[in-house]
Amino acid sequence: MSLVRTVLPYIISGISVGGQYALIAIGYTMVYGILRLINFAHGDVFMVAGLMMVYLTASLPLYISIPLMIILTVLIGFTIERVAYKPLRTAPRMSVMISAIGVSYLLQNLALYITGGLNKNYPAIPWISDRITVLGMETTRVTVITPFLTILLVVALVFLINHTKIGMAMRAVSVDFETSQLMGIKINNVISATFIIGTFLAAVGSVLYFTNYPGVVPTSGAMPGLKAFVAAVFGGIGSIPGAVIGAFIIGICESIIKGLDTILIVNGAITEQIGLATFSDAFTFILLIVILVFKPTGLFGEKTTDKV
Amino acid sequence: MIENKNRKSAWIAFVIVLLFLALVIVLDQIIKPTDKMYMLLTVLQKGSVYALAAVSMNLLNGYTGLFSLGHAGFMLIGAYTYAIFTIPSTARDTVYQYYDAAIRISFPEIFSGALGGFGTVLGVALAVILAGLMAALLAYLIGLPVLRLKSDYLAIATLGFAEIIRAVFQWSKLGPVTNGSNLLKSFARTSTFKLNLGGSTVSLSTFVPVLIATISITVIVLIVNSTYGRAFKAIRDDEVAAEAMGINLAKHKMISFVTSSFFAGVAGATMAMVLSIAQANNFKSAMTYEILLMVVLGGIGSISGSVIGAMLFISASEWWLRGLDSGSFLGINAPGVFRNGFRLVVFSVAIMIVVLFFRKGIMGEKELPDLFRKRKKAPVKEAAE
Repeated sequence: MSLVRTVLPYIISGISVGGQYALIAIGYTMVYGILRLINFAHGDVFMVAGLMMVYLTASLPLYISIPLMIILTVLIGFTIERVAYKPLRTAPRMSVMISAIGVSYLLQNLALYITGGLNKNYPAIPWISDRITVLGMETTRVTVITPFLTILLVVALVFLINHTKIGMAMRAVSVDFETSQLMGIKINNVISATFIIGTFLAAVGSVLYFTNYPGVVPTSGAMPGLKAFVAAVFGGIGSIPGAVIGAFIIGICESIIKGLDTILIVNGAITEQIGLATFSDAFTFILLIVILVFKPTGLFGEKTTDKV
Repeated sequence: MIENKNRKSAWIAFVIVLLFLALVIVLDQIIKPTDKMYMLLTVLQKGSVYALAAVSMNLLNGYTGLFSLGHAGFMLIGAYTYAIFTIPSTARDTVYQYYDAAIRISFPEIFSGALGGFGTVLGVALAVILAGLMAALLAYLIGLPVLRLKSDYLAIATLGFAEIIRAVFQWSKLGPVTNGSNLLKSFARTSTFKLNLGGSTVSLSTFVPVLIATISITVIVLIVNSTYGRAFKAIRDDEVAAEAMGINLAKHKMISFVTSSFFAGVAGATMAMVLSIAQANNFKSAMTYEILLMVVLGGIGSISGSVIGAMLFISASEWWLRGLDSGSFLGINAPGVFRNGFRLVVFSVAIMIVVLFFRKGIMGEKELPDLFRKRKKAPVKEAAE
């Protein structure tokens, strides 16, 4: 019983973190599904969304600044695709990946310049950052809302992909880029739509994520971005349900490892702190390497064969 | 005939390198820390570290076509190995102030006891080589599972390993070896390297890193021009075809990965030497990205390109564009715009332009000597017509 008692809070916060990662991971997995590109800049777009929120709420009320932030983030995502990835459509995949790394570098340096490298306090959003008590433990309301909101958005997204025209076009493009072009699908519009959806979800995710953290710094997007990408790979890149499940698994594992010392001490397995929390970030990558070695296509990934 | 020509150009290259090294020693003596030109020495020191790192990454990414992003991790191992084995026994307790140091060996001390000044040099050299070997050993272990992966998966797995290495080195339980998340300092560093020549001291603070980089890059050039190098290029151009021609893919990929990591370790050790500190937190994936951008700037698949790219990158960010951060640049005074961080913004925009519009970088796949050769050929062709 005491095991459940000590582990439960970490699982709950893990589910919440997992939901936030899921929203970012969808952006990675959709872009990869269509362009076969690891969009390294996605995590930084997430950070920029956080920063814009900080600056917008300074002068505008919340009901304007949140929608405005989301619109601006989507615009940034759209622009990045048009400027940095579209000209490289026929270039080797490595060039596009390098371009993505370049964009990530640019966004981080831009954020460093604008903020002066200082930690920017994220605005407290009424209602969702209130403290509440769930199952006998105190947490913020956003922790509880996140998983539900995530699931809701994912269901909406899956509906969009399976039952609308643009969704059908996306599926077609991800199966065969050239053939779908020959069938009259406007590739560029589909790719833009993918980026718009991805960045929209990242913008929503940033509100949920940063509410639980003290502030935004230029590098705060890098780690969540990488983890979300790992989640996407873990679930099988290109698969949306896979990315969501992967994100929840990674969020829960990470959160449990952060508290593993305490959990083990309470349950008598060890007698003193052994600093396992250091590995909360690294564990994500251990998970990644294990899955890549044993099932390189991820949990739900499709099998591909190389043709000569 | 061709043999003779190659030998001749090798000699020319050798003489040029020697002249360059001599020039570095002279500059090291002439320029004093108070001079404005002192930045040149800083750039040469840091630039040679990054040049070596970029060349070793190019061996893997550019020549073998394995897109790996784990460079910072291997540099970290190199930096730590070097630092741990050169901390003098007198300074050990102040460095490991929270832990009981586990490794009580200092190479320079051991050898200087028996051999004097030469022993110190030998000790430092051994520590640098050990740094490379540790990185190479770990690369071998990582390579076993990872090298089976293809392009993007390989990139993300190596990136992941670099992060794991960083976490392990910061783990408090390993504190007696790595000093936990605290930095390592007081070890043999370039600013203390001097040569006593009959009363006058010759400072070697710039010469040593440049020398290490020169030797290492020469070795990489030799590898690239050997049969191994040709096999690497074949793998890059077409894996299936290379395999059909009898190249053992797994073996050659591993050789490339281990060699590249060895030199990344050496670069890490040199970096520790130049910066005189080693801290795991500095070796983040951002460092790998920077090195990758240097390689791209110089041209993927060109060794002299990587050196030029690294030197340009470092001189621009450390020296030429400094003014953009401190208020005035090229005589324009605008403290409002030219404040902290603007340099990096301008810089990253410039890099994006290179990535998007000059995809081949400065050198493409050519090497520096190729440029001279071309000029000679052109008039001959005209004469024939």
